Amino acid sequence: MTERRISIPGEIIAEGEDYLPGEWTEKREGKIYALKYGLIEESNKLIKIIPVSGTYSPRRGNVVIGKVENVTFNGWVIDIGAPDNAFLTVMEVPKYVNKDALEEVLDIGDMLVAKIWAINKRGIDLSLKAKGLGKIEEGLIFEINPNKVPRVIGKEGSMINLIKENTDCDITVGQNGRILIEGDSTEGELKAKKAILHIVEKSYVEGLTEEMENWFKSQGGLAPKRDVPKDLAEDEE
Amino acid sequence: MAKKSENFERIDGRKLDELRPIKAKVGVIPNADGSAMYQSGDTIAIAAVYGPKKMHPQHQQDPAKGVLRCSYNMMTFSVNDRIKPGTSRRSTEISKITEWALEPVLMLDKFPGQVIDIFIHIIQADAGTRCAGINAASMALAHAGVPMKNLVCSVSVGKLDKTLVVDLTKAEEDFEEGEGPTDIPISMTPDGKITHLQLDGKIGTEQMKEVLDLGKKAIEKIYEIQKKALKEAFN
Repeated sequence: MTERRISIPGEIIAEGEDYLPGEWTEKREGKIYALKYGLIEESNKLIKIIPVSGTYSPRRGNVVIGKVENVTFNGWVIDIGAPDNAFLTVMEVPKYVNKDALEEVLDIGDMLVAKIWAINKRGIDLSLKAKGLGKIEEGLIFEINPNKVPRVIGKEGSMINLIKENTDCDITVGQNGRILIEGDSTEGELKAKKAILHIVEKSYVEGLTEEMENWFKSQGGLAPKRDVPKDLAEDEE
Repeated sequence: MAKKSENFERIDGRKLDELRPIKAKVGVIPNADGSAMYQSGDTIAIAAVYGPKKMHPQHQQDPAKGVLRCSYNMMTFSVNDRIKPGTSRRSTEISKITEWALEPVLMLDKFPGQVIDIFIHIIQADAGTRCAGINAASMALAHAGVPMKNLVCSVSVGKLDKTLVVDLTKAEEDFEEGEGPTDIPISMTPDGKITHLQLDGKIGTEQMKEVLDLGKKAIEKIYEIQKKALKEAFN
């Protein structure tokens, strides 16, 4: 990995006509200026800034974890941790919905995993039409800084798979920084949470996946499976 | 002009263009989206930024652009005589001034219907609190990941009798000899664009140009400190 450079708003981060301004940068008189505090990434003369802080800004295709704020006649208003609320229409729920009793499917306060399928002037539209989406029935939900989500997932999911293997939990990471952990045992779930919080804290360490492998070793390998009392276990046989 | 300033001595022995020792730190309030502390001598300011978030109450929403909302407050114990808590004429004015000083660098048109909240608290005051507040707020905004054209740096230049000095302390503001004290707080971007300028006292136009030059030099130093604080927050 190349050395990381940090950008300050207004700073000149590159000079020369052949550079192209990417995300959160601006070109003025042959100079590339930073518009945001973050890490500078350069590839093929294209310079962009990866934000390290700030609120979640929704994008099309993001899988997010939301909370039902309100039930309307044709859908649900969902809080996804962005400045604007999102909307889920009945049409985007892949099952039969009784139009007179929407709250039977999702009620105020329910949490759900959804996908952003459109962002327009009127607002953000959500969909449940994909694998792994829907109402959350159980599990542990907590929030991290949305800018750390890529680190938690890792390259091609390497990091999240490492945690899944080591804790025996199913983990859904919403791009809005909300994370759902579902496991057989509370110990496993808490361990997965601890691991993720450790990643967030160490997010600027190089070779983070190795760091986490060692972390899991120091924590004593696999999470303890749920203890089944001996006599019960024998009964089952 | 008579260069009486050659042998003018400042109360704390600083050079005429010397700033007080500065400390700056970013991320002092973990709950906020961005935060910063700025200390200049005995003046300490902290700033917390929340947002961009949805504007409430709704009737204050601007569908064309985002709104910047500042609140400047002095802690009761920040000065020798306990200051009465709550908003005052002075704090309302400084809140508004801070908004105006910072708005030109923010790209508020990217956040229609939203608000960015800045809370500035003066923990300890020894003159130049609005400048310290603006410096802290500017760093906190950057730290919060708000898109900005540039940082804003702020410093006060003063005229004591006929001599120009940088970064007044309270003792210097109370200077009573000759023409008395004149306080000129200036905010600028590091590339020299003025976003805020106030004048409390009397000064001629020729000397005003010198004030701006002095201010610009001081602001370059402040910018380096702000930049360093933001870069150091990574390790």
